Amino acid sequence: MGTMATPQVPPFERFYLMHRDEVLGYLRRLLGARAEDAWQETFLRALRAYGRLEHGRHLRAWVFTIATNVALDELRVTKRTVPQVDLEPAVELQRDAFRELEHLTGALPPTERAAVVLRYGYDLPYAQIADALGSSEEAARAAASSGVRRLRRTHERDH
Amino acid sequence: MNVTTDLDTRFRAAAVAEGLVDVRYDVVASPVGDLHVAATGRGLCRISYRCDAWEEELARGFGARVLRAPLDDVRRELDEYFEGRRRSFDLPLDLRVAEFPAAVLQELAQVPYGRTDTYGGLAARAGRPRAARAVGTIMNRNPIPIVLPCHRIVGANGALTGYAGGLDVKRRLLELEGAIFQG
Repeated sequence: MGTMATPQVPPFERFYLMHRDEVLGYLRRLLGARAEDAWQETFLRALRAYGRLEHGRHLRAWVFTIATNVALDELRVTKRTVPQVDLEPAVELQRDAFRELEHLTGALPPTERAAVVLRYGYDLPYAQIADALGSSEEAARAAASSGVRRLRRTHERDH
Repeated sequence: MNVTTDLDTRFRAAAVAEGLVDVRYDVVASPVGDLHVAATGRGLCRISYRCDAWEEELARGFGARVLRAPLDDVRRELDEYFEGRRRSFDLPLDLRVAEFPAAVLQELAQVPYGRTDTYGGLAARAGRPRAARAVGTIMNRNPIPIVLPCHRIVGANGALTGYAGGLDVKRRLLELEGAIFQG
């Protein structure tokens, strides 16, 4: 049995160059004009924690988690809980369908907005979205699902 | 969504100001090519003529929090040196080497501008007269060339022997200092 080599923590400069643009894009979707301060705070928090990282796995999800925390702090979301039980059937979107609804995400409640954007804008798996939201995977799925339904309702109402 | 130069600059400055960086680096253009320079909070720790896997090397030596950020003092002193207006450097250094290499590099720092010494001579002054070969290795691994002037160390017969930046660079530095004449 071979063992998977644990990826080393890359020098911060490489990590930063790799993720700075998409994290700014993400924060713009969540915060609009307030994104720049949140972006700087995200990378300062990442840098503060960087020396304690033990391996270079899932760094993309890690920095999205930090960015999500900064954004939800900024939006003053104190109660991070999302519905644990979703009575409605889970909905998934195709990429094209998301592009059509994307411009409406700004009107979603913050946690749903983060879940939807991470899922469809950045292709993060639900396990990693759950980490970003500090919730269970089921709750992350429910938040995205609920967000998608809300987007569809808004879209139908406007057309 | 691209990060603007202004935003990038502000982040790097904030990271340094908050003391969050293990080692920062910059690239300084010079007549002998681009110099990669790096410093910790304690002082200048590396000058390199080569840039391959540079960030990784810095991370191994000083910690993973490697960030490119201006090193204005280093840039200024190097510029002055290459313009012929500076004969010695006033930069604090962060040298992390074993005892004997430290003794050798300390002696090396005393070799005056425009003069040369030999590997054997340096070995003797560092207290181990028979260690010329070891001194050669230490010169080869000199973490801060130019500032620690290993280009001033030549073979017993005056031959330039080796240099991490290449013999052409060694020759140009010695010419700049007037230690040898342009031929």
